[in-house]
Amino acid sequence: MKDGRFGDFGGRYIPETLMNALHELEEAYMHYKDDPDFQSELDKLLCEYAGRPSLLYYAENLTKQAGGAKIYLKREDLNHTGSHKINNVLGQTLLAKRMGKTRIIAETGAGQHGVAAATAAALLGMECEVFMGKEDTERQALNVYRMRLLGSKVHPVTSGTMTLKDAVNETMREWTKRVSDTHYVLGSVMGPHPFPMMVRDFQSVIGREIRSQLQGVEGRLPDAVVACVGGGSNAIGAFYDFIGDADVCLVGCEAAGRGVDTEQHAATMTHGTVGIFHGMKSLFCQDEFGQIAPVYSISAGLDYPGIGPEHAWLHHSGRANYAAVSDDEAVEGFELLSRTEGIIPAIESAHAVAHAVRVAKELGEGKIIVICLSGRGDKDVAAIARYKGEDINE
Amino acid sequence: MSRIKDAFDGKKAFIAYLMAGDPTLAASAEHILTAQDAGVDMVEIGIPFSDPIAEGEVIQAASERALAAGARLDGVFDMVASIKDRMRIPVVFMTYLNPVFVYGYDRFFARCEQIGICGIIIPDLPFEEQGEAKEVAGKYGVEVVTLVAPTSEKRVAEIAKDAEGFIYLVSSMGVTGVRGEITTDLPAIVSEIKRHTDVPVAIGFGISTPEQVCRYSEIADGVIVGSAIVRIIGERGAEAREGLVEYIGAMRGAG
Repeated sequence: MKDGRFGDFGGRYIPETLMNALHELEEAYMHYKDDPDFQSELDKLLCEYAGRPSLLYYAENLTKQAGGAKIYLKREDLNHTGSHKINNVLGQTLLAKRMGKTRIIAETGAGQHGVAAATAAALLGMECEVFMGKEDTERQALNVYRMRLLGSKVHPVTSGTMTLKDAVNETMREWTKRVSDTHYVLGSVMGPHPFPMMVRDFQSVIGREIRSQLQGVEGRLPDAVVACVGGGSNAIGAFYDFIGDADVCLVGCEAAGRGVDTEQHAATMTHGTVGIFHGMKSLFCQDEFGQIAPVYSISAGLDYPGIGPEHAWLHHSGRANYAAVSDDEAVEGFELLSRTEGIIPAIESAHAVAHAVRVAKELGEGKIIVICLSGRGDKDVAAIARYKGEDINE
Repeated sequence: MSRIKDAFDGKKAFIAYLMAGDPTLAASAEHILTAQDAGVDMVEIGIPFSDPIAEGEVIQAASERALAAGARLDGVFDMVASIKDRMRIPVVFMTYLNPVFVYGYDRFFARCEQIGICGIIIPDLPFEEQGEAKEVAGKYGVEVVTLVAPTSEKRVAEIAKDAEGFIYLVSSMGVTGVRGEITTDLPAIVSEIKRHTDVPVAIGFGISTPEQVCRYSEIADGVIVGSAIVRIIGERGAEAREGLVEYIGAMRGAG
């Protein structure tokens, strides 16, 4: 990577007001990432607070049901706060603290990243404000209360489509208002350099653990790693350690919403074109005049019109493949994993489960696939019940 | 065709911003001519964008109205072309990078040249990333205006050395919008810029009163007023002529 680029993707397209902060952030990150004291503090938190390493679980029932490759689940859902988001948040919040910042701000879609940020802020004694699309605050009311319980302020965002993209806009605006004491804890491998690189590094613990854990039980590498992609942080975390292993197939699952042939999807790889937005050159769902398109997914966490620049590069170079998974398929995956394994996945992760079952069949017996189970599904239960026509109180 | 430097020729420039297509493209054409007649020295035409991350609520709302009313880039070009022969002052665009990039730099700036656009301000295109757009814009005589912010610090020198058109000095932290008080040490930043370039400096973000025009015209070579004008148009729509004449007159008189 050169100048924050993955091929031609990436870069740093952001208002001048923030440029110095980005340079300072890059400098601090490059310093602390090799600082033994910083790393040991982060490792300690990841182990003793977040619960790492997360389990690698052989899903025998799901494997039988799928009828093909052996399916392992990387249980990021068992991390403290219930998703992979904590890996990045602990890294960034510690870094912010070392940089002398006293306040963090964050965007959130499903609320997983917001809850993780609020948690890290509570733990490390930082002030925290979270921006969340108003529509998402309604879809994920429990997470809103959770963030407030943790001492954070939650701002419902009423501009634009009132979802994740608008939450990012509003968090960037807030950062331009107050940058000297504030760090923007971006939740995915997106935005301007150094975020895509830094968030990837903090999440890459997932793939390193998969490698060593699978080596322990199977004595070999997986044939495929499957993960859901919105911005793409759990996927890049799971993929990164395997990029150099050409035999490991990397599969990202994006949200097809009501179908890629409808107007209501968030399938950036399937339908996106190259653009420059939210600080990065990448692929975006947009119209012929470069207006960012409204996107849709049942999953608030995948409901984003862009994708991280490194994924755009992996797609462009052919190193990773990306499949679109619809709402209906994701809900099937949600129910399937719940029934067969007694594990309720986040609706985001359920996109990966649904597609992984197909991949397992295609690969056949004797092969091994790992699903990154990025989060747990408690937050989605009420919404899925509604989707199935049952109105229950949360 | 006027050049940006004409706006600063022997006077402090009063620069007005308005959003193309709010409430309609035809009304915008009229408002631009009105602003010219009322005495502004340069017009910045905003091209609406779905996600204007550097804008406050007033311009965000104008952008949404314009898009909802059907304003698209081709329509904005046609609107500017329709008044090209009546414009005596320089006209520049202000928009975000994506609409320019997706249209294609070459196609975009060629069209700018045809319709008499002499500069462009792109708030999400910082100095480091300007290269590719600036090279193409230069071929068509379009100057790429760079912004300097209160946080630019040691970046001011390199930005100033490479500047063309004018330097857009952001008055204070945050997004566009009317502000009561501005606490940045603007004279210090202006004198730092002046050490490195002769390109004029105009101050924008948060300026809305004749007193502010008076104060900042003394510090810099010009002032930019956006949200206050966009608000008048937002309130009065196609009937904004009288309000604009009155407001610009009062502001112009102060500079």
